[in-house]
Amino acid sequence: MDTADNGTLSIKNLSTHFFTRRGIAAAVDDVTLFIPKKSVVGVVGESGCGKSVTALSVLRLVSRPGRIVSGSVSLGGEDLLAKSPAEMRQIRGSRISMIFQEPMTSLNPVYTAGRQVMEAMMIHGGTGKAEARDRTVEMFRAVGIPEPERRFRAFPHQLSGGLRQRVMIAMAMVCRPSLMIADEPTTALDVTIEAQILHLMKELQETFGTSIMMITHNMGVVAEICDYVYVMYAGKIVEQAGVFELFDDTRHPYTLGLLGSIPRHGSPKGRLLGIPGTVPSLLDLPKGCRFSPRCDRAERYCSEREPEMYEVAPGHKVRCFHCSGGSKGGSP
Amino acid sequence: MSDMNAEETGSAGAGAGEGGTTAGLLAEMLRNSRLAAFSLAVIIFIIAASFAAPLYMPYDPNKPSLSERFAPPSASHWAGCDDLGRDQFTRLVYGARISIMIGLVPTSLSIILGTALGLVSGFAGGRTDFFIMRLADVVLAFPSLLLAMVVSYTLGGGVTSIFAALAFVGWAATARVIRAQTMSLKEKEFVESARSVGVRESVIMLRHILPNCIPNIIVLFTLNIPEAILNESALSFLGVGASPPSASWGLMVYRYKTYLMSYPWLAAAPGAAILIFVLAFNFLGDGVRDTLDPYMKD
Repeated sequence: MDTADNGTLSIKNLSTHFFTRRGIAAAVDDVTLFIPKKSVVGVVGESGCGKSVTALSVLRLVSRPGRIVSGSVSLGGEDLLAKSPAEMRQIRGSRISMIFQEPMTSLNPVYTAGRQVMEAMMIHGGTGKAEARDRTVEMFRAVGIPEPERRFRAFPHQLSGGLRQRVMIAMAMVCRPSLMIADEPTTALDVTIEAQILHLMKELQETFGTSIMMITHNMGVVAEICDYVYVMYAGKIVEQAGVFELFDDTRHPYTLGLLGSIPRHGSPKGRLLGIPGTVPSLLDLPKGCRFSPRCDRAERYCSEREPEMYEVAPGHKVRCFHCSGGSKGGSP
Repeated sequence: MSDMNAEETGSAGAGAGEGGTTAGLLAEMLRNSRLAAFSLAVIIFIIAASFAAPLYMPYDPNKPSLSERFAPPSASHWAGCDDLGRDQFTRLVYGARISIMIGLVPTSLSIILGTALGLVSGFAGGRTDFFIMRLADVVLAFPSLLLAMVVSYTLGGGVTSIFAALAFVGWAATARVIRAQTMSLKEKEFVESARSVGVRESVIMLRHILPNCIPNIIVLFTLNIPEAILNESALSFLGVGASPPSASWGLMVYRYKTYLMSYPWLAAAPGAAILIFVLAFNFLGDGVRDTLDPYMKD
């Protein structure tokens, strides 16, 4: 996947740590991630595995006590970590934008939907009020908001969850960014609306050529929209592959666990498989492979040494001793 | 696929009214709430009447008339006469000036100061927050009247120093409320989302968080007005406020409460004046808040 061109976004060996009173939590630990131009890349994992912090690190919006300690983030070849705060502000919203999980609370309740989208546009200059207004209405239409003129004047609480998320998407897309980060954009929505929103994002991605970094814990969303997938566990990437490869030739026990916990119609076994246990505390990580305490294939060496990323097939890497041989049953 | 599934908590907000000119908002409020319109009329009337008093009042507010001491309300003396035979109604109308000024000016000052400090404190957090809040603790640790007296004395007495004194005692409580509100608002996702489109921090504080505090500010303002009016009377009584013979409502209540059993109208009249003025401000405040509240526009 690491093609020669710069792609949209390239994260190399990024580590973001939280310096808490009880110790240092490595929320993002040596993450390398690449988003090619015009693609949808998924970042998957349970709550607390570092997906959102990775996203916020890209925007440099990690709040105290968190800090990016090492690595590089580059957008179209430009090093974002070297930018001044003012330059970063210019980049946010115009070249990278973000949509959030909770459409209920991510719009300011005291301003109309239209005004908030206009603000996003006018911050980045170049447009007068009238033009910003026209473009906002146009954008509302593009994201499938019915009666855009009327919705422009609506306050957030007057809109349904699906409409609010469309407003958020309009706000994210209005400056035609090269990257849109979507942090669980459909988690709070009904399943029917979820499908519409995903469809819309895919459509906008194709129309505007924007790349999307899709953060989710839902493998269904991944299958629906992503081209390439990174699976994260406890701050580290444990498996990465193209979406078809990942579903057809799942290697990492954690990814298998995530796939096993999706309810499926007509699955042969009646039971839904969960992954036993919970994500370990980042302040108290297990030794060796971080997944080993929950892994049903863990051997003694798994809790002694930490596995490296092994390339098991072109563009498919796994961080597991059992996968190093290229076959499922391998050993170190 | 439309309206209404909002169960948003807390922050019923303000700053709304598209094209939001003050005149436009005012017109909207007068349309929506008759009570608020009426209250505004009452307030304007009281203020105008008191400032124009010398033009039409037949009596001198400070001229005693011993023959008319404790005269009960009558056609010539609507609210009777006081212990020196001065016309109570005339004194009430003249006294409105000081009381209204005392009610509005220091309250506005303390609300502005308290809001600014509370907003910065809650938004910045850390050391700034610690410093401002300890300052507020110091102010709140003293009995407010005592502190106001000290400040007022230090500044040399008189109306201006009372303004300063009452503002100085009043800001801390406001700052606490606004700080708490700011701290809860700044964790909301819309702040994060504003940041993610490149809004600068100062703009987030002033344009995204402050408008969400307006309902709190209005409530604090309407609650503080009667307090300031009554505090002024206490200060006057202690000799650092409006000094006799000039009249103020608070001073009149204070002075005539001794005659409450024998000549109840003396204290009742200024008491009623304070009540009417304060109620009018409360209704007006409710009207303004509802007009600014986007949740009311369904």
